[in-house]
Amino acid sequence: MPLITMREALNQALREEMRRDESVFLMGEEVGAYEGAYKVSRGLLAEFGPKRVIDTPISELGFAGLGVGAAMVGLRPVIEFMTFNFSILATDQIINSAAKMLYMSGGQFKIPIVFRGPNGSAYQVSSQHSQALESWYAHFPGLKVVMPSTPADAKGLLKSAIRDDDPVIFMEQERMYGMKGEVPEDEDFIIPLGVADIKREGTDVTIVARSLMVPVALRAAEELEKEGISCEVIDPRTIRPLDIETIVNSVKKTNRVVIAEESHPFCGVGAEISAEIIERAFDYLDAPPRRVSGADAPMPYAKNLEALAIPDVQRIVAAVREVTYTA
Amino acid sequence: MSSRKPSNSRQQADEVTSSVATTAVTEQEASDLLTAEELHAEHEQRKEDQKGRIEATDRELLLHLLYQMVLIRRFEEKAAEAYSLGKIGGFCHLYIGQEAVAVGAISAIRPDDYVITSYRDHGHALAKGMSAEEIMAELYGKAGGCSAGKGGSMHLFDASVNFLGGHAIVGGQIPLATGIAFATKYRNEDKVTLCFFGEAAVNQGSFNESLNMAQLWKLPCVYICENNQYGMGTSLARAMSLQDIARKACAYGMASEFVDGMDVLAVREATLRAVERARTESLPTLLEVRTYRYMGHSMSDPGNYRTRAEIERYQQRDPIKLLSASMREKGLLDDETMKQIEQRVHEEIERAVRFAEESPLPAPEELYTDVYANPIKS
Ligand SMILES: Cc1ncc(C[n+]2csc(CCOP(=O)(O)OP(=O)(O)O)c2C)c(N)n1
Ligand SMILES: Cc1ncc(C[n+]2csc(CCOP(=O)(O)OP(=O)(O)O)c2C)c(N)n1
Ligand SMILES: [Mg+2]
Ligand SMILES: [Mg+2]
Repeated sequence: MPLITMREALNQALREEMRRDESVFLMGEEVGAYEGAYKVSRGLLAEFGPKRVIDTPISELGFAGLGVGAAMVGLRPVIEFMTFNFSILATDQIINSAAKMLYMSGGQFKIPIVFRGPNGSAYQVSSQHSQALESWYAHFPGLKVVMPSTPADAKGLLKSAIRDDDPVIFMEQERMYGMKGEVPEDEDFIIPLGVADIKREGTDVTIVARSLMVPVALRAAEELEKEGISCEVIDPRTIRPLDIETIVNSVKKTNRVVIAEESHPFCGVGAEISAEIIERAFDYLDAPPRRVSGADAPMPYAKNLEALAIPDVQRIVAAVREVTYTA
Repeated sequence: MSSRKPSNSRQQADEVTSSVATTAVTEQEASDLLTAEELHAEHEQRKEDQKGRIEATDRELLLHLLYQMVLIRRFEEKAAEAYSLGKIGGFCHLYIGQEAVAVGAISAIRPDDYVITSYRDHGHALAKGMSAEEIMAELYGKAGGCSAGKGGSMHLFDASVNFLGGHAIVGGQIPLATGIAFATKYRNEDKVTLCFFGEAAVNQGSFNESLNMAQLWKLPCVYICENNQYGMGTSLARAMSLQDIARKACAYGMASEFVDGMDVLAVREATLRAVERARTESLPTLLEVRTYRYMGHSMSDPGNYRTRAEIERYQQRDPIKLLSASMREKGLLDDETMKQIEQRVHEEIERAVRFAEESPLPAPEELYTDVYANPIKS
């Protein structure tokens, strides 16, 4: 299998799905002539033309809603947010229109749309450009939320998201676009939504991690292996619907769990996973579930403070030692 | 680009711009400065104007427009009655007074064209050809409702007649309409989208963002602002710095017209022009249609922000009264025909109420259906 970057994997997914289905189009700020702020749409304007690769004004609410309207009458828009920070301006159309249209129309209008772009921390861009918003979107029935952590997952999941008939929030990570991995070239390669992946098998502790935290958790697992602690790393890949079965089954085996996330802890996805585990596997737990989250503060600019705000290998290792009482 | 300005128009608006900080009473006084005699003269003038249009219109069509306006009026009266009996719940926004807007505009499009509007949607739904039965059943929260009892008054939908809702966030339907028009153009269809919204929605960012994109990308959408001069209890003068809404189109280089919304034929004609522009040149238009709502904002609004006298002055300009009077003067309508219209409307509404009463409640398991089109078990 070819080794390609996350950016290239996403590009392949978009290209293949646009070739496959005329009703798929890509719209967003700088997606065309500029080829994407993060170059995810490189070459797409050249191949598909301005009818299907559309540069927008800086009007997030407007073009998100435009996408939802187009989806109401059968197109399959892929709406790129330059970053998810700017999706905040579009939340009315995502939450009030996209998520609820099928329901409040009594099943008449499905919304096959993908909202995608980078989410989470970037490098030294301070508070307004460095935030992880998955818990916002995951809160709402009607939305699906996907967060890939490898190039292969990114490609397979984005293809599924585009083919899915529901609105999908597809969250990439600014720091991961250059990350490389093996990716199948097969055009029929897809990864179904709603299925977690065991990124590393282990017996002593379960680490649940998503997006940027997956490679960090895997490095933590390597460190801990040297001390004889065997970690199982699970990547839910889809946050909603959450494959809680796979997580709970792992916890039933390891009896201990650490949940790593970039986002703020309060009302976060980690809190939800923790609650689910307690409700479903309380009797199996040998230690309270432990979260390792981003700081409960806006993201700072200074390099040293920024590093403190994002969970790293050492913090995950420390949490694992806590739940294994080996600290 | 704004053309005709009927006399219930903006010379008054200019006079009240300084009233921002004044009390509600002065504003009520200021919001309509015509005396009874002036009103009478205006009514006569408008009949004359309308009679010109009547001559150019087929009688069958005139009767159809009249029928639809009466149907909406009586439907809304029935809804108000059912609401006060507790059969309809939640927010229920009536369209009484504004009938000429939906009826006139929708008479200018083809059945395969699209209509989308706000929460004040009963009139548009009826005018687009949705069944009164299914609408009433939706208001009753019944399984037989057009949205299966999940949407209610504010979220009427019917894919079979291209009625795309009923949207309850002020201005929310404007980007959606823009996307529908985008899709028809994308597929090289010659369909047109009509997007209705209140004047308060003009103050939303969604209006600015959508009209900019629509003109930029030449989308076949007609934006119809129903300026009934109030957003809930806030008069236009208290909320908008430049109240000449039609003129705002120049910010986008978009065509626009100011239209008398009490004259169903004026609305129809202006919409025909806009639809033609959309269909043949793929260009959007902004129509500002001046109208008035007689009832409260919703059923729970006692309307303390305006006087009875103000409402009565507008009722003098009633769209149904105007059309039927001009038709009578032209010898196109008599008592007998009017009685027949009322009778047919009465029967249609009785059927709707019966259907709504008899329709079952949604089954409990419907709570969790239609959340996802492709549900994934988790
Ligand atoms: C809501 C939002 N969308 C997108 C961006 C990313 N972005 C930052 S600057 C910019 C271009 C803004 O251009 P302009 O307003 O003309 O200001 P200039 O940079 O030319 O001074 C974009 C798209 C942002 N910061 N905020
Ligand atoms: C974004 C938003 N803000 C506030 C409301 C509450 N609200 C509902 S209707 C309305 C007034 C809207 O007035 P207008 O657009 O003129 O329409 P009209 O009711 O007169 O038809 C308000 C404030 C809402 N539904 N959505
Ligand atoms: Mg600039
Ligand atoms: Mg209004």
